[in-house]
Amino acid sequence: MIINVQRTGPSTGLPTRTQQADLLSAAFLSHGDTKHPILLPGSVKECFELTQAAFDLAERMQTPVFLLTDLDLGMNNWMSEPFDYPAKPLDRGKILTAEDLERLGGFARYRDVDGDAVGWRTLPGTRHPKASYFTRGSGHNDAAKYTEDPEEYQAVMDRLAQKFEKMRALLPAPVVVKGGSSQNRKSGIGCVAYGSTDCALTESLDQIKQRYGKDVDYMRIRAWPFAHEIHDFVASHDRIYVVEQDRDAQLASLLKLDLPAAQVTKLRSILHYNGLPVDAEFITAQFALQEGL
Amino acid sequence: MATAAPAPKVNYIGLPIVDYRGGKSTLCAGCGHNAISERIVDALFEMGVEPERVMKMSGIGCSSKTPAYFLSRSHAFNGVHGRMPAIASGAILANHTMTTIGVSGDGDTASIGMGQFVHLMRRNLPMIYIIEDNGVYGLTKGQFSATADLGSRLKTGVVNDLPGIDTCALAIQLGATFVGRSFSGDKKQLLSMLKAAIAHKGTVMLDVISPCVTFNDHEGSTKSYKFMQENDEPINEIGFVASFDDIAVDYDSGEVYEVEMHDGSNLRLRKLHEDYDPTDKANAVRTLMEAQDNNEILTGIFYINTEKATFIDQLNLVDEPLATLPESLTRPPKSALDALMTALK
Ligand SMILES: Cc1ncc(C[n+]2csc(CCOP(=O)(O)OP(=O)(O)O)c2C)c(N)n1
Ligand code: SF4
Ligand SMILES: [Mg+2]
Repeated sequence: MIINVQRTGPSTGLPTRTQQADLLSAAFLSHGDTKHPILLPGSVKECFELTQAAFDLAERMQTPVFLLTDLDLGMNNWMSEPFDYPAKPLDRGKILTAEDLERLGGFARYRDVDGDAVGWRTLPGTRHPKASYFTRGSGHNDAAKYTEDPEEYQAVMDRLAQKFEKMRALLPAPVVVKGGSSQNRKSGIGCVAYGSTDCALTESLDQIKQRYGKDVDYMRIRAWPFAHEIHDFVASHDRIYVVEQDRDAQLASLLKLDLPAAQVTKLRSILHYNGLPVDAEFITAQFALQEGL
Repeated sequence: MATAAPAPKVNYIGLPIVDYRGGKSTLCAGCGHNAISERIVDALFEMGVEPERVMKMSGIGCSSKTPAYFLSRSHAFNGVHGRMPAIASGAILANHTMTTIGVSGDGDTASIGMGQFVHLMRRNLPMIYIIEDNGVYGLTKGQFSATADLGSRLKTGVVNDLPGIDTCALAIQLGATFVGRSFSGDKKQLLSMLKAAIAHKGTVMLDVISPCVTFNDHEGSTKSYKFMQENDEPINEIGFVASFDDIAVDYDSGEVYEVEMHDGSNLRLRKLHEDYDPTDKANAVRTLMEAQDNNEILTGIFYINTEKATFIDQLNLVDEPLATLPESLTRPPKSALDALMTALK
């Protein structure tokens, strides 16, 4: 579980300023076909809640999990609702005990026996002759044995891809801040954002309504890989503004990789990346410019 | 009439040696690393360590591949190059009741992994850290590593013109509490050293000279079998008596340095070098530095400290492994969160 409080780059950038420009590097960090789930809290309270969710997810799905917040949220003082005590017990995921092993007669560490693309594991120290397995960085089969067999290698790669797909439904769902998809939509125009952009964007949507009389729907994204609700939201609107605090439209890029080709052209970007937190006036002005208002 | 096969010899906890073996080695025949794997098997067998209670850790290199070749019944984690210390630290903190064996190479430790190595040594976490030291990057075809001695020569004729890092002197200076050097070809010394290492509580750092027969075993190499056979100079002779062994040995106390180990075992170091005192830290470092200047290869147990608190003691961890603590103990109650929220109002 890795928390990245994003500040400006490249390199040391502006060391005490805020940005959201580590999204793509966190998503694909490492060599090979690697993808990591990312959680994106939008408030101080949500940092507390999604950190718990991230630990549960790491053990349930047996994967590193990134939680990306940013310097504005991570270092500045914020007013917050009190944190709620966790409602659910900790999730340690799929663990076999010595008794389980006795009953089963053994296990294959990376075999998908439940159809969820996640194998069962044991904890080091489990007192059973069949408890151990070898965690290696190199190619292995579903019994954790070294292999260079093309089919066995590819089977592992495919299982990892399936596991990643399954996470869409397990990650924190997006929050519909305004309007919604299909019959709930208030407008043909929607916007998406994540993290500390939320306050400025919410205020900007009020300004847009006041000044131009336009409603804009808003969905706040809280995780990658993207939940199907995000696809539905894009499909239900004519244009989608992706508001983010980086130069290269990294959130929009991840969306483009994910969306059907016909939806991709709906995306427009509002990008803020001078080191200061984005404010409502900036978003409103950019929106008005792009909409020709 | 068929006679029944003799029952296999079993150890102190009733297990035969096959329960300590691993997969078949894929290393070159004659590689020093294979001999070290065999001694690890012997030592754990003779010490009666339960295989399920051992964690094997390694980085990258021929040496780091060897945990696959011993103790199949133990959990193993093969990390990235030079990063085993961080993974081992985390695993030990999660379960400090295990016997942890880390296998690294001279490249994995002294070249790419130096940053992690020094911090592991200063923490005195309970583990045995073994450097299988051949002076080269065996796996990537024999380039000099940072432990290659000044003046040592590769087959290609390239001469090493930087001084080698003495990982033993470094480990002693940094805070490891059991530091020794051995040679993969010295079965007796290595086995006794490993057994004593298993009995120690704290960080054991063993630099085991382990010739690479393919890339660094020729004339002109200072890490070859021949060079070690001719230049290995033991500083002490290691006698180890496990707590469960009932052996009385006669010795002259003037000649032997006796150490009572944490688990009740007895370590007897017969002095071969003047009046070498393995508890004198500054002298140990000086002796190693002088040996390096004189091109001498000292082996033996250079330093031992059975008193120093381990990182586990310092953190005041509970006896039960953190990995299996129930949620009632790991998650603070609602009242604790409520009190915090009220304080922030
Ligand atoms: C990050 C990284 N850098 C470089 C390598 C290439 N590499 C593989 S093994 C090795 C050196 C291993 O040397 P050593 O630890 O002495 O092990 P030996 O093979 O000699 O036992 C290197 C540089 C790697 N695998 N990963
Ligand atoms: S290349 Fe050298 S270190 Fe590697 S297995 Fe062969 S002899 Fe051993
Ligand atoms: Mg080496």
